[in-house]
Amino acid sequence: MTRTIATARRVLQQLAHDPRSIGMIVVLPSVLLLLFKYVYDGNPAIFNRVGPQMLGIFPFVVMFLVTSVTMVRERTSGTLERLLTTPLRRGELIGGYGVAFGAAALGQALVTSAVAIWLLDMDVNTPWAVVLFAVVDAVLGTALGLLMSAFAVTEFQAVQFMPLVVVPQLLLCGLLAPRDSMPDILRWLSDALPMSYAADAFSELGSTSDSTSSLGKDLVILLGCCALALIGASLTLRRRTP
Amino acid sequence: MLNSSAVEIHRLTVIRGKTTVLPDLTVTVPRGSVTGLLGPSGCGKSTLIRAIAGIQVVKAGTVTVLDGPAGRPEARRRVGYVTQASSVYPDLTVMQNLRYFAALTGSDEAAALEAVDNVGLADKADALVADLSGGQRTRVSLAAALLADPELYLLDEPTVGLDPVLRRDLWQLFKRLASDGKTLLVSSHVMDEAGRCDRVLLMREGRIIADSTPDELRADTGQDDLEQAFLTLAEGAA
Repeated sequence: MTRTIATARRVLQQLAHDPRSIGMIVVLPSVLLLLFKYVYDGNPAIFNRVGPQMLGIFPFVVMFLVTSVTMVRERTSGTLERLLTTPLRRGELIGGYGVAFGAAALGQALVTSAVAIWLLDMDVNTPWAVVLFAVVDAVLGTALGLLMSAFAVTEFQAVQFMPLVVVPQLLLCGLLAPRDSMPDILRWLSDALPMSYAADAFSELGSTSDSTSSLGKDLVILLGCCALALIGASLTLRRRTP
Repeated sequence: MLNSSAVEIHRLTVIRGKTTVLPDLTVTVPRGSVTGLLGPSGCGKSTLIRAIAGIQVVKAGTVTVLDGPAGRPEARRRVGYVTQASSVYPDLTVMQNLRYFAALTGSDEAAALEAVDNVGLADKADALVADLSGGQRTRVSLAAALLADPELYLLDEPTVGLDPVLRRDLWQLFKRLASDGKTLLVSSHVMDEAGRCDRVLLMREGRIIADSTPDELRADTGQDDLEQAFLTLAEGAA
């Protein structure tokens, strides 16, 4: 446990030496929301319907990118190889990353939600649940980033996993078209992708929805996906390499 | 029962990609001494060290480290491995790096401070590693191994790019560690460093072509200069 905390502290210290990245993590989603709000200035209904879902998507995307690039750097710089010769367990390393980026995600979610709700007058029915789901989405992004980094040899490749992992989920999550209207195959695919449940939760949290009955189910599924991705990620860390 | 060898390698074969890097290698490293692993770049020194650290996939053979198989969890605390590239975090300060590695190996702040002093970087303790020179980074990497106080040090080219004064200081440190009973395996491609070791393993194309003391090496080949001794042996082996 001390090694997990030490790893989380180390990752946060690295982040602290990079104020520009902190700025991007904390401020960027709010700026994008602001842009989104005024693009649909003439049609506030769209902002209130799609805006909450954006609150779930931004943290996912930002954290996916930050994590996968950081982890590829760890793999290529030789530090991972060294860590694996110390008593540090693989789960402790992955856990440390999860905790550190989870904390960063909490900061991001608080700022973004506050801006959305108070500054941009986004109507949501349960503000604390918005923050909760934003953090869970960010942790999911972190977990998938850790997993995908195993398949990238360079940071350049890692960046390109972003469209591969994110765009199909964006198209299929029900943000652009309702999932019920999709052809069967796409709907099944959509059922298998975690972001569909995040989008589902955020549309329920918006004021245009009057039912919050499936929030619990969405949360459980998202947490399950995080756990699976984290377990998968720690399995990709091989102590012995060719 | 305590074995007199810290490392025992028996008929080790390592294949990387399509190349056989180590074909059937057998060697031992005695405890409480500085053993130099000398040979040209690409001869398999790093692969051999990786095998001893337990992070190299091996095709055949056994690697016994501190009386057990290489890479077993119990031995990780007792073996300090320093890679050729300085494997520390460039975006952290020297002390932030050392505190992290201290936490991983169960060492304390005092050990981290002593290590940074031992590698002559006390005045750079709060500098960002990214702002240090290559040689200074190598020393930070070395300090991260020192603070754990391991029984066996695996040092892959720790003195590359260091000025002569620092090199002398580091070799004195290695000697001091050995006289405290630690075992050091130090690789280098600079032949004159062989003279500083208690024992020398000369390596060429994945094979050990000599395993003796520097004096024996000079006597056997009739060469005073160890570089010349290597040439004599390499040509004799070919």
